[in-house]
Amino acid sequence: MEILVCARRVPDTSEDDIELNEAGDDIARDGLVYSVNEPDNYAVEEALNIVERDGGTVTVVTVGGDEDEEILRREMAMGAKSGVLLSDDAFAGSDGRGIAAILAAFVKKGHYNLILTGVQAEDGAAQVGGMLAALLDYPFASLVNSIEILHGKLKIGREIEGGNKEMNEIDLPCVLSIQTGINEPRYVGMRGIRQVASLPIPTLGAADLGVNGDAGANAAKVRRADYFMPPLGKGAEMLEGSTEGIVDSLIELLKAKGGLN
Amino acid sequence: MATTIQSPAEATFWFIQGRILFWIVNLLGSACFAYILAKRMRPLLRGQRDPRFDRPLIRLGRLLQFWFGQWRHPRYLGAGIVHILFFAGFLVLVVHTIELLALGTSGSPVAAGGLYGAISDYAATVVFLCMIVAMVRRLLHPARYAVPARYGRAHTADAIFLLALIAVLMAADSLFEAGYAAGHWQRHLPAAPLPVFSLPWMLQGALARASFALVANLYLGAYLAHELAFFFLLCYRPFGIQFHVETSLFSVYFANLDRGTVKPVRWGVPDARLDEVKSFGVKTFEDFTWKHMLDFYSCADCGRCSDQCPANTVGRPLSPRFLTIKARDYSFQHFPVWGSAHNGDRLIGGIYSEDEIWSCTTCGACEAECPLLVEYIDKIVDLRRGMVDDGNVPQSLQKALQSLESRGNPFGKAEKKRADWARAKDFVQTCSVRIANGNAPADTLYFVDSITSYDDRIQSIGRATAKILNRSGENISILGTVEKDSGHDVRRFGEETLFMALREHNTAAIHASGAQRVVTSDPHAYNALKHDYRNMPPVEHISEWIARKVRAGGMKLHALENDGDVYAYHDPCYLGRHNGIYDAPREVLDAIPGLRRVEMRRSRDRSFCCGGGGLALFYEPKEDQRMGVKRVQMAAEAGANVIVTACPFCMVNMEDAIKVAGMEGKMTAIDLTELVEKQTR
Amino acid sequence: MARIFAYIVHKGGVADDSAAELAAAAGKIDSAQTPTAVVAGWGPNCDAVCDSLRTRFAEVWRIAHESLAYPNPELVRKALVRVLPAGSIVLIPHTHFGTDLAPGLSIKMNAAYAPDVLDIESPRGTMLRVVRQEYGGQVNAHFCCDVSTGVVITIRPGAFKPAETAPAGGVIVDQSAGVGQLTSGRRYLETIAAETGDVDITRYPVLVSIGRGIEERENVAIAQDLADALGGAVSCSRPVVDAKWMEKSRQVGSSGQTVKPKVYLACGISGSFQHLAGIKGSPFIVAINKNPNAPIFRVADVGIAADILEFLPELTARIRER
Repeated sequence: MEILVCARRVPDTSEDDIELNEAGDDIARDGLVYSVNEPDNYAVEEALNIVERDGGTVTVVTVGGDEDEEILRREMAMGAKSGVLLSDDAFAGSDGRGIAAILAAFVKKGHYNLILTGVQAEDGAAQVGGMLAALLDYPFASLVNSIEILHGKLKIGREIEGGNKEMNEIDLPCVLSIQTGINEPRYVGMRGIRQVASLPIPTLGAADLGVNGDAGANAAKVRRADYFMPPLGKGAEMLEGSTEGIVDSLIELLKAKGGLN
Repeated sequence: MATTIQSPAEATFWFIQGRILFWIVNLLGSACFAYILAKRMRPLLRGQRDPRFDRPLIRLGRLLQFWFGQWRHPRYLGAGIVHILFFAGFLVLVVHTIELLALGTSGSPVAAGGLYGAISDYAATVVFLCMIVAMVRRLLHPARYAVPARYGRAHTADAIFLLALIAVLMAADSLFEAGYAAGHWQRHLPAAPLPVFSLPWMLQGALARASFALVANLYLGAYLAHELAFFFLLCYRPFGIQFHVETSLFSVYFANLDRGTVKPVRWGVPDARLDEVKSFGVKTFEDFTWKHMLDFYSCADCGRCSDQCPANTVGRPLSPRFLTIKARDYSFQHFPVWGSAHNGDRLIGGIYSEDEIWSCTTCGACEAECPLLVEYIDKIVDLRRGMVDDGNVPQSLQKALQSLESRGNPFGKAEKKRADWARAKDFVQTCSVRIANGNAPADTLYFVDSITSYDDRIQSIGRATAKILNRSGENISILGTVEKDSGHDVRRFGEETLFMALREHNTAAIHASGAQRVVTSDPHAYNALKHDYRNMPPVEHISEWIARKVRAGGMKLHALENDGDVYAYHDPCYLGRHNGIYDAPREVLDAIPGLRRVEMRRSRDRSFCCGGGGLALFYEPKEDQRMGVKRVQMAAEAGANVIVTACPFCMVNMEDAIKVAGMEGKMTAIDLTELVEKQTR
Repeated sequence: MARIFAYIVHKGGVADDSAAELAAAAGKIDSAQTPTAVVAGWGPNCDAVCDSLRTRFAEVWRIAHESLAYPNPELVRKALVRVLPAGSIVLIPHTHFGTDLAPGLSIKMNAAYAPDVLDIESPRGTMLRVVRQEYGGQVNAHFCCDVSTGVVITIRPGAFKPAETAPAGGVIVDQSAGVGQLTSGRRYLETIAAETGDVDITRYPVLVSIGRGIEERENVAIAQDLADALGGAVSCSRPVVDAKWMEKSRQVGSSGQTVKPKVYLACGISGSFQHLAGIKGSPFIVAINKNPNAPIFRVADVGIAADILEFLPELTARIRER
């Protein structure tokens, strides 16, 4: 099975320290630590599990610039056979549809049975996977949390509300967006990355891919105008004072709201 | 009617002349043993290299102390005394036994008498009695000999068999002597008297009324029995725990001399060339070094290591004893005496489970206890290195490691906040700490390390330490945001590459600061800087520093306000066991007027690990109980209501344990620095 | 102004609450227009849904097709592409279904795509401004969408408050004929229900809900103590389930349970939208978190900046004293 995983390099947001920069036109980026988008990492691990069972190779691709190479290398250290960077000045300002168009052009140059993306990235849009599938006319399923290989098709589970699992059959080739928790990704450390440090990562541009007017700022239908801090609005009434005082106030409130018998 | 006793060499045993028979037995037995030894050597020759031939004088000294002097044995007094007695007996009997074996072909009728002969007779008696005692003990089954179901059958039968055989050997030797003396006495011939109350003497008495023919036959039969028993034992020992009789000398001589640190990934491969090494760590049996393999042979199955192991005590899947026994059995199976060798099985997922290896806190209790100086920590670290190399790391540890790599601390907190603890408003007003951040030079550097820098509760240890140093006129600096985690536990959890990166970074930062000395309040950082790092200025733990000041009279400790509390000091593993610092903290506590201190039943080098520090805080073990809970219960049993420790990780675990054990209000935990800071205000 | 369509999610013959939210969102785009509801399904259930929507929508388009008995997004997309006019504004709820359907739909309709939208301004010419969030809710952003060829918008559940409307007296228009043959490379098999744990958190009026701030498995007991004292149950957010400290059946959120308690204590929970999506019915929300900047404080009624590992035991002790 030839598997392509679309990955993305994103800032680490787990410590809740995203702030606006001074100009107010972007988030403050220095001091941010970047790594591969977590759902994409789960997708690569899933792809590796599949080829370890059934043979084939895993290719990882990303749309970006030189600084994005590091995540390709990390996934290659994990076991992906090759990494490809799709980069061109003309790609700047692409919206989700543009990114999907770039990826679709790349897919068409190869022969992949299965294309995986992570369910969503830092922008929470969860769009590229579905768009890519539509551009390629491949069947699509999102929020996949289990994959079973059948002949020429897959049996997949999707995570839906209530913790239920929707089982589907999907023909190959297809596009799946992978939910976290589908597996336990293997550890990749500095040593692993050093071992793949000298492997070549080809870069393809607009001309190589034959992406004409479908990507870049001009083709974008959606553009971010600004960032702003969420209005605090009413927000929570913060209880202040000594712990004892707070506990007492809280108990009074709970009584009033029916939380205490 | 024969007039004298025929010597074994001259007698005929079922149509074979003794001399010929015993030539054959001696030759065959020795050849067999040599062959078995050679086969047992095979995996060692295929194992990794391990330089243990240096510092011969020190090694000889330790051989005298631990092997000849049986130094560790009395730690379990009953078994210890029994072992010391029969070990001494064996040593005495060496020459005597060689004489005995030789006389079967030489023609002498009996081994030499005289003073040595008499001592030998008593030695044989003592060994015989010790074997009886040992067999009875084994049958009464002290708990630590028990074999949990998942490890297979009990070892009792085999143990009794071997002990009985040694008893038979002693009995045969004694009967031979007795037969000779009895036979001569019956024929009114001269014979040296046997020492009174020795086993030969008692047997001679028993033979007093026996017929001459019987005595002669017993005499010859005993000799044959001795020969056969001796060579049987010789060739059987390498198949079980009694192999330690032969290997103990070597396992002790070649034992590790460098405490506190961990072996390199590959001996002989410098750090700069580690990228050439294809596979890190131990994945298959032959990845162990020859000394580790020798350790597997040398285990006497005494169970003392597992008895002391805190992980084993709280029901984690780790038992050091069985780590060794399983490896030994593996080597017997895969490198057999008869048959071809086959290596290649993965150990993790085979004889070892992942949780078994991750469960270890590297506290060192096992190594401190083992009478044969078997090493454990290096093996566990090597096995972990293998798992890390394969990417086989529990998810909770992966997160911490990823944070260590990207932010220099396992909590994922921002680097720029690392020195915030020293910027707290009310702290800054009372204490001056220079935050170097790579710029200002330092004289005394306080290496804070990650948990003291970032954990809200533990930051108070940092502030207390800084205040103590300040109050006695010390100008201290901290590295500030350029400090990264010492990497102590990164190394011990098998991520050597990340450890080396952290070490390189911190070493450069410390050198750049121009620090003349380093102080730390974190025993893990202390151990790393002292043993894992190289070319460091002198490093002290804060307890040593305070003790020095107290001794010199430079620190005035006020009396306690509340003298109703009872304090128990808990020895942190990396301050106590690994670095031998037991007295300094106690001196400090005893210098506080009005402080009542008790010792817990497991203290000093028997201290019971709190649960582990560094990355151990991120591993989720399968256990019946927390180690910390056991420890605070021990403090309560000792009559204490305050447990004092000198390690931030011990503090985290103790306070956690107090909550989990429901002992809030009955037990509090305080760090030595916090206590001293209070008493020096 | 292009026509606005609201895709109605329904189950068992009942329209989802999001229908009203989509109507409210449509009102923000064009107050002069009532959107057209689109119901795709089959049989009596589909009909019942269409009927129930007539009070809120002027027009209800019914797309009935046997293959749509179970809402397979791949098939629904094909049907919509064939039925909806080009250049339309299509509103869909941002759920496990919506996120599967909408991106591909926007491609096939050659429309812009604005996902997980919290607020919409009226369009100006061919530009429509929406508000989205990024970085787990830590920052908001305005996005401008070129809607000259239409737009597909997924609406964050709960972001638009349903308005009280006068009955619209809607008309059901059957569009089933325009669908034609529906096949897809993806076929629905079955739904496996989540394992019900020992506790059904949807039944409790008080929930003590824990997040990453609980730090380790053993600390869950602290929350249980408080829940016992309050007569409630312990629920949790996704990270707690991922770490295997609690069962999936305890998870509140878009991929977990939906709860409607009277009182909800969010302890050590940062407040991601996926978690909040599982809280319905406007309970009294108390947020306790070490980080005073955590997004949860924006939606809570009362907030306490404290370490839950210390605060909860004190609260429990006080409650027990009474």
